[in-house]
Amino acid sequence: MNNVLEAKNINKHFLKPKDFHVLKDISFAIKEGEFASIMGKSGSGKSTLLYILSTMDTDYTGELFLNDTLVTGKPASELSRIRNEHIGFVFQFHYLLSEFSVLENVMLPAKKLARKSNKEIEHDAYEKLSMLGIEKLAKQKASRISGGEKQRVAIARALINNPSILMGDEPTGNLDSYNSDNVFNIFKRLKEEEGLSLLVVTHDEDFAKRTDYIIEMEDGRIVSGQ
Amino acid sequence: MINWKVILNIAKTHLLTKMKSTVTAALGVTFGIGAYITLVSFMTGLNTMLDSLILNQTPHIHLYNEIAPTKDQPISLYEEFENSVHIISSIKPKQGQKKIHNALPILNYLKNKDVVKGATPQVRAQIFYLSGSIELGGSIVGVDIMEETRLSNMRDYIVQGSPEALKNMDNGILLGAGLADKMSLSVGDRVQVSTVAGALVPLKIVGFYQSGIADVDNVQSFCKLKTVQRILGESQNYITDINIKLYDIEQSPQLAEFLEKQFNVTATDINEANAQFETGSNIRNLITYAVSITLLIVAGFGIYNILNMLIYEKMKDIAILKATGFSGTDVQFIFMSQAMIIGIIGGILGLVLGFVLSVIIDGLPFETEALPTIDTYPVNFSLTYYIIGIVFALISTCIAGWLPSNKAKHIDPVKIIRGT
Repeated sequence: MNNVLEAKNINKHFLKPKDFHVLKDISFAIKEGEFASIMGKSGSGKSTLLYILSTMDTDYTGELFLNDTLVTGKPASELSRIRNEHIGFVFQFHYLLSEFSVLENVMLPAKKLARKSNKEIEHDAYEKLSMLGIEKLAKQKASRISGGEKQRVAIARALINNPSILMGDEPTGNLDSYNSDNVFNIFKRLKEEEGLSLLVVTHDEDFAKRTDYIIEMEDGRIVSGQ
Repeated sequence: MINWKVILNIAKTHLLTKMKSTVTAALGVTFGIGAYITLVSFMTGLNTMLDSLILNQTPHIHLYNEIAPTKDQPISLYEEFENSVHIISSIKPKQGQKKIHNALPILNYLKNKDVVKGATPQVRAQIFYLSGSIELGGSIVGVDIMEETRLSNMRDYIVQGSPEALKNMDNGILLGAGLADKMSLSVGDRVQVSTVAGALVPLKIVGFYQSGIADVDNVQSFCKLKTVQRILGESQNYITDINIKLYDIEQSPQLAEFLEKQFNVTATDINEANAQFETGSNIRNLITYAVSITLLIVAGFGIYNILNMLIYEKMKDIAILKATGFSGTDVQFIFMSQAMIIGIIGGILGLVLGFVLSVIIDGLPFETEALPTIDTYPVNFSLTYYIIGIVFALISTCIAGWLPSNKAKHIDPVKIIRGT
């Protein structure tokens, strides 16, 4: 099977307040359709790693491949396009645009990509929302729905461009057990039904144990996994 | 690559949800532009009026003979004293120099020239107006009245009577309004004038002339050319001044210089004669622009401030947009277009406001003794100022929007999302 995401010898330093070697020689790969989680204590560098993998942080050494193409060193505008097309992102704090309706929030990345007409995008968005069971919220303002619902909307938005990989930074960290179970089941279904690759940073051990495998990090190194 | 529809839609949503700030910012621009349009229209209207008050009565080129002693005195022609110092006491100018030599051929030459709109002969004479036992010093100008009215707006300044009345009456006089007041004369009355030489001539008043400049109206009157020549006892070729109007005022200095050399007369062009008016209107324009630019800069700061606040509020949104694939440039355009929308709407409303205020000012009564032709405040409705206004609105909002939007462009999404 092909590697969706591959990191080779990634190193990163924080220079402020003083030089700190936060990621040390990280190498691993995620194959198509795999559901991996990254665990580790606070400060182990797991979030930092995730933001490098998401192409938002470009200040590192080493090489990063997405669908077997090197993305390290590409210009910012190119990286924006790659994020838009290939990477779906779910954050700990929902992060929806509060002035827009749920539907508009979901449609926005697809409109940016501009591969489809508005009608098709709207159709896709409804499809994603109904897959997550929240199609009746489509016309609501994003600020008017509950936390669990917001996270599901964020997942729908992450999926709108049919990305190669879905990344999550503690996507259940802010949810109660019922809602986090719900989110996990959605992820699981996406992997099984759509063959989506997922990479999730989490503190939640129960959550991590149910994924395909766990990458465990300590002091900027991968200590187990793969 | 830039998807304007999406960007403008986001900008629109931001503006609509922050209606209060949007309206405040747009009103800042509206008042700035509105005040600029009103000020500049009113000021230039006033300037044009004041300038034309003087300039319309001033010919583009004025030909006359300056009274001055001859430069080449006989002694300088005498070879034997060539290398000596010449001392001549009590030099006086030659007599009979007021008249322009060969005035009629010069007039003919000028009338056939392409660049000349018209040339009018004048005879100026110093006279006394006699009314009972009072003698008032003054001057009388013999003119070809129909040519004068064609070339200048003299008709506007004839407050009673008409140019035609003067043309049809050989002994007619258009009396200066100040003179008429002093001597309490009205149209149809007779007035006696006496020349410096002592000849006494009765003239019939056919109208009053009021230029608005008291110094002129208190001394000057107009007659037909022939009448003045007769009063002075001179022949038909006695002409003291020639006034020339050109099609293009810019050519007056060159032509004046040329005529001076060609015909051996003194020629003053309009710029020379009215340099101080130009300075006056330039300074008034400068003040107008200084005030308007200040207003627009204040409006610009308003936009800058509101956009800055908006960007601080929208930090999270910016991070989200960047995380989902919007580039820094996209984000910058979102905020730039908000500034431009505020600028365009505020600017257009400003033009409307300025126009409405100008119309109101244009309708206000403004009556003054000095300006017989004016009855409302003068306003200049020139399209140029409206174009300058909207361009200025766009430029200032562009600059005001650029700085905050550039900051938004460079916001690091990772920092915002991780909360560091």
